[in-house]
Amino acid sequence: MTNGNYILRQVARYGLIYAIVTLFAVFAALPFFQMLVIAFKSDADFNNPRENIPFWFNEAPTNEHLTYLLEETQYLTFIWNSLLIGVFVVGITLVFATPAAYSLARLTGRQGERLGILIFLVYLIPPTLLFIPMSRVVSFLELQNSKWALVVIYPTFTIPFCTWLLFGFMKTIPKDIEEQAMVDGYSRFGAMLRVVLPLALPGLLTVVVFSFMLTLHEYIYALAFTTTSSEKPISVGVTTELVRGDVFFWQSLMAAAVFVALPIAVIYNLFLNRFVSGLTMGAVKG
Amino acid sequence: MSVVETKALVKRFGDVVAVNSIDLRIEEGEFLVLLGPSGSGKTSLLRMVAGLEKPSDGQILIGGKDVTFMPPRARNLSMVFQSYALYPHMNVFRNISFPLKAEGLPYEERKKKVEWAASIFGIEHLLHRKPRQLSGGQRQRVALARAVVREPGVFLLDEPLSNLDAQLRATARDEIKQFQRRIGTTTIYVTHDQVEAMGMGDRIAVMHLGNMHQLGTPQELYREPADTFVATFLGSPPMNLVKKDSCIIGFHPEHFLPEDVLHPETATFSFAFEVTRVEYLGADRFLYGMVQGAEGPTRIISKVPSLVTLNFEAGRKYTFVVQESDLKYFDHASGKRIPPLPFTTVEPTAQAVVS
Ligand SMILES: Nc1ncnc2c1ncn2[C@@H]1O[C@H](COP(=O)(O)OP(=O)(O)OP(=O)(O)O)[C@@H](O)[C@H]1O
Ligand SMILES: [Mg+2]
Repeated sequence: MTNGNYILRQVARYGLIYAIVTLFAVFAALPFFQMLVIAFKSDADFNNPRENIPFWFNEAPTNEHLTYLLEETQYLTFIWNSLLIGVFVVGITLVFATPAAYSLARLTGRQGERLGILIFLVYLIPPTLLFIPMSRVVSFLELQNSKWALVVIYPTFTIPFCTWLLFGFMKTIPKDIEEQAMVDGYSRFGAMLRVVLPLALPGLLTVVVFSFMLTLHEYIYALAFTTTSSEKPISVGVTTELVRGDVFFWQSLMAAAVFVALPIAVIYNLFLNRFVSGLTMGAVKG
Repeated sequence: MSVVETKALVKRFGDVVAVNSIDLRIEEGEFLVLLGPSGSGKTSLLRMVAGLEKPSDGQILIGGKDVTFMPPRARNLSMVFQSYALYPHMNVFRNISFPLKAEGLPYEERKKKVEWAASIFGIEHLLHRKPRQLSGGQRQRVALARAVVREPGVFLLDEPLSNLDAQLRATARDEIKQFQRRIGTTTIYVTHDQVEAMGMGDRIAVMHLGNMHQLGTPQELYREPADTFVATFLGSPPMNLVKKDSCIIGFHPEHFLPEDVLHPETATFSFAFEVTRVEYLGADRFLYGMVQGAEGPTRIISKVPSLVTLNFEAGRKYTFVVQESDLKYFDHASGKRIPPLPFTTVEPTAQAVVS
């Protein structure tokens, strides 16, 4: 009897948990689904929302907008630009943030954490404030209207952000281990390379993912510093080329967004836990 | 196998003087124990010898060479940390061969040496495990194997046994001592456990608040403590100290015995000992109680061997004596050892207590 009760209660419990989780999952997936549906809607179907339900096809789906996106805009170039910018910015970020985070984590006392927070604050300065002074820098470097301007500018916010993120990871690596490596015959740099970095690998991967994301969805700098289509990254390219005056090419826009958003959503989810723990680690264990 | 010397070595952390002008000379093949309570500067001293901490002042010589400003890797020593500091991302084999890799040894030679080191500590069957799959005792052995594999000139061990349970600790103590004897490497061993220190050290340096109070063999420290700190830090139970008018007198609990037990012809010093508690510990009895000191009653302990069959009851007074030759005299103010005062100047007080 009691056993039966127990099983019943467990079923009810997990039933409830799964119901709630499913609800949230559906809620989170709905925009993606909506985008996919719209991407393949015909104009007639899309422009008649009063009679047609927006969530499904009322007329046969069409791929004409996808074709338009691929053939009439430089969609693939945008993606390529974003990738290129992303890869370079990630590289630059790793080169600067790793040693910075390492040395902050190894400072004695709480100085490291305070400095880390100061550096993180830089990340919070909005680009709307900075893009005018930045344009001086860009023109000084003669990078106007070039994706390379973004490669130079993006590290100004990815480095502070990722330094803080890595700081949390580095803090959790015991100092003993690298000192042991130094006694075992390695220089401090050698110890960092062979012991600290392998142990910080989850943190480094997280940095790769998140600095890439940060560059991918950046809008204001990209809008300010790239004007030729062939130089635009995806965030600006799609929104400027598929919105002409007050005409929105909705289906093509949705298609452009969803094919970039889906893979990112998947990767993001894989890293979310680590990301959160990385952000809070330094603060809690400091 | 090298001689290690420190000359007027000082380490300050801000206002804290962690190590205060230490002069030490550790001979070739010697097993030196740094003994002291928590915060006495043992780790700081060891880390300076290792090169992990820069001295604020003074010099360090290894094998006659001044290494004060050399990085750890130039000092040809190995260290075992209290945490063992195994590399978590490497298996045991790679952990042990890591120092050899730094020397650029080819794989075949590394393999041979790792197997040799592993066999010393009986961990050949663990070579493929990751550190997290090992017990505390196994980790300690891996750390030791990694320390010996390079055949360094000096071993530094910082409380390597403190993470083990009591039973393992006793066997590990024996093992470390034995293999050190066998390979004869100069060793500095840090501990706050005086039993460990007495059992293992060829010589012991007793430290307290950054100062070295005494350096000597276990027997010397026990028989001839340099001051009241050393006297009360060593031995279990430690030396009894009783304040007298002109000095402090000290005597070991096993020398503080009932009047009838000692030979009548030896010169003795007697106390009225009020027993408050009796503890039976098999081979010995510990009697806890009070005697009258210059500044009122003082708690002291007597360790009576089981050969003595006299009966003692809590709450009663007995006459206990110490042979005059077993008495140590310390200065009131500094706590430093002083030469024996003429017996007669002290005796009246003692006699007064007895009567
Ligand atoms: N990195 C540091 N920064 C500031 N003070 C320190 C530092 N390391 C040690 N100290 C101080 O120096 C003194 C000696 O410390 P040390 O670690 O050498 O003692 P210890 O004898 O090894 O103690 P324990 O038995 O607890 O390990 C202590 O007062 C300690 O607070
Ligand atoms: Mg210590």
